[in-house]
Amino acid sequence: MNVIELDSVSYTYPGGGAPALRDVTLEIPHGQLVVVAGASGSGKSTLLRAAGGLVPHFHGGTFAGRVTVVGLDTREHGPGELSRAVGTLFQDPETQVVMGTVRAELAFPLENRGEPQAVVARAVEEVSLALRISHLLDRSTDELSGGELQRVALGAALAGGPQLVVLDEPTSQLDPVAGDELIGLLRRLNEDFDTAIVLCEHRLERCLSAADRVIALDHGRVVRDAPPDEFLEWAARMAPALQTPGARLLSTVGVQPVPGVKRARAALRERGLLPGPGHPEPEPEPAAAPTPGWATLRASLGRVQPKPGRRARTPPAALELQGVWHELRSGPVILREVSLRLEPGERVALMGRNGAGKSTLLRHAAGLSTPTRGQVLSAGRVALLLQNPNDYLVHELVAQEAPAHALERVGLDPAAFAQRHPRELSGGERQRLALAIVLGDGTAGAATVCLDEPTRGMDRDCKDDLAALLSGLDAAVLVATHDPEFVAAFADRVVLLADGRPIADGPARDVLTGGSYFATETARILGGWGGALTPAEGAAALEHVRAAAEEAIV
Amino acid sequence: MSYRRRASPLHSARAGAGCAYCLALALAALVLSNPVALAAIAIAVFGAGIGAGVGRELRRAALFALPLALTIMLVNALVSRNGLTVIIRLGDLPLLGHTDVTLEATVYGAILGLRAMAMIMCGALYTAAVDPDQVLRLFRRVSFRSALSASLATRMVPVLIRDSKRLADAQRCRPGRPPSRLALMRAASSGVLDRALDVAAALEVRGYGCARPPQRWRTPYSRHDLHFAASAIAVIALVVTIRIGGLAPFAAYPSLHSPAGAGVLAVSAALVLCALAPFADRRGIAR
Repeated sequence: MNVIELDSVSYTYPGGGAPALRDVTLEIPHGQLVVVAGASGSGKSTLLRAAGGLVPHFHGGTFAGRVTVVGLDTREHGPGELSRAVGTLFQDPETQVVMGTVRAELAFPLENRGEPQAVVARAVEEVSLALRISHLLDRSTDELSGGELQRVALGAALAGGPQLVVLDEPTSQLDPVAGDELIGLLRRLNEDFDTAIVLCEHRLERCLSAADRVIALDHGRVVRDAPPDEFLEWAARMAPALQTPGARLLSTVGVQPVPGVKRARAALRERGLLPGPGHPEPEPEPAAAPTPGWATLRASLGRVQPKPGRRARTPPAALELQGVWHELRSGPVILREVSLRLEPGERVALMGRNGAGKSTLLRHAAGLSTPTRGQVLSAGRVALLLQNPNDYLVHELVAQEAPAHALERVGLDPAAFAQRHPRELSGGERQRLALAIVLGDGTAGAATVCLDEPTRGMDRDCKDDLAALLSGLDAAVLVATHDPEFVAAFADRVVLLADGRPIADGPARDVLTGGSYFATETARILGGWGGALTPAEGAAALEHVRAAAEEAIV
Repeated sequence: MSYRRRASPLHSARAGAGCAYCLALALAALVLSNPVALAAIAIAVFGAGIGAGVGRELRRAALFALPLALTIMLVNALVSRNGLTVIIRLGDLPLLGHTDVTLEATVYGAILGLRAMAMIMCGALYTAAVDPDQVLRLFRRVSFRSALSASLATRMVPVLIRDSKRLADAQRCRPGRPPSRLALMRAASSGVLDRALDVAAALEVRGYGCARPPQRWRTPYSRHDLHFAASAIAVIALVVTIRIGGLAPFAAYPSLHSPAGAGVLAVSAALVLCALAPFADRRGIAR
């Protein structure tokens, strides 16, 4: 039996020109874990909202076709009735947690149904144990971190024992550790309770190995509905933007793409391509013109001793944090003696778990916070793009937000965008507009540009565009992010923060290949071999292995 | 200011008892006019705040209420025509006409201000120490939607404060001339509406749209439930006795009559004692 059936569903938002869903027909049986893939604006969220009954009951608009959820036609049964069968989790946990304490939040859906006290209490207990949030039950929801809030919201969605759970980019605000934990948790729920799960994600590498099936959407249409292996094979030919980095690596070296690090390794091993321990690493290609990064500088200073009596001259830094502490009054220490130096033009990524102090460090860099100890020096203005680009958009027209040449600098054509309302723009375009705003008109050019989680909720094309844009800036760039693939695309140095202090600082190649959570999928598949971070680098390294193997045979 | 679970006797009491306790103190502040008794209530409320671990929140509320109290005192002194002891002759003033400031009107204004402060502090104590979710559960049988609105408003205050701080930070990051206040107001309003829409969607998918009347929840009465309920009853009984028995008399006009003898001091001390007694028992307060 199917938990959800869509029959020729088309839907257009009120006032929206193009349909968000076009003639979608699909069935999802009980106990399946389905990933919905697609670029931004492809209709993924709308599909989930149709499953929960929000489309059309909450949003209005024009709806055609039929959606049946556990036998209930969504045209006749609203989201309230459907909530008995469907648990929904949105992207932003902040606005979907409505009660003051975790216990009340978990109990809320069951209380709405008028369930007896014993049933509610038992469900709260069970769901809190399943999600490992029982220690949070009496905590105020205001005090929780983003990851904790997301778990609580998931708990509220699961408390009523739904047969179907729909999740809209649930890991977009989580660090890699919390994101992996959440996906593992969903798989466990799916296996233990036979709950059907439909999950929208941009970072497919995170969830594809747990999926039974992938549905790809493009402009509101289902363009592929297949198991992950077949989906990846199709994506290699038809939709490269939907390929995972691992799949790109495998297809580049002529191996059938498979989801997951473990299976990718096995596929390479089968072909004799996986370098084993002791395998000689390829000679690193000589860098054309190395950026005078801090690590490079430190290494060179280590080798070349200044002559006695003469001080080594260090070029002025674009940004320098000297022993910066951030200690909250009656609270914890957020930053502990952080010293960091960014050279002009250097691209640095700041990584670490949620709460490691990344955003606070950027706030200090931009002068939004004052260190309790230490100091911040800058060669000029520090432009900071905070997490939510919407916070910068306060005018009625794009032209009022930023001058034409600033728009051009971030790749927005003034002729096409100047007279549009900022809120009409897509997520990626808003991000660019906000960047244009903080970069300013050029007269007060920024010495350093800082960005806080700029790739949240972005599809791969948007991320590639942003990486290219950042690479083209003259200023030093400091980006706080959880996304190792994005870091590999733009950064030449990575600083890893933990508990308010840098625990690793070095070239991206070294930091991103040395672990598992803060590593690219390519680095994880190859076990850090050859220092390859991107699929292209990985493929080049594997070609080296193939060539060595062939040479040995000859 | 928002509710946060702390290890205190008041936080451990059920919402009904907590509500009754705060209400009894507010009622006492509303009914009694004797400055000694009013000061005793203010002390009791502040002491309760310290006992509940929310003294800082109450101090903030008191500082917030102080300008209001001074304004009340000033306005009463200027507009009241009662009282015999003139302390300042201001002559003819626009709008107010002939104005003589009397000692009685000034003192009565100060008492009104003190009363307002005490009541605001009672409100602050309620907000910081009584679980809004339990209050929602308490009132949802009577009016579910109103109770939920109140609970949501409490929950959304810190969210909206965070939003406005973020908006302010983003504007500080803009180089050049800052945007006009009107533009910022518009952006803030649209942000609030976006939030409201998101919350409404979340409520829908949690089954709010077809909420049924809840079943009655029965939980055993804890020692703290009983203590705070008893304290509320004792405070109300004491206030009624004071009013009926005229134990703490006060008259502002035509001339001040405010005895502060042993009787007044005794009932004031009794008020403080009744209000603070439940905080003496700190068994079983942590969760």
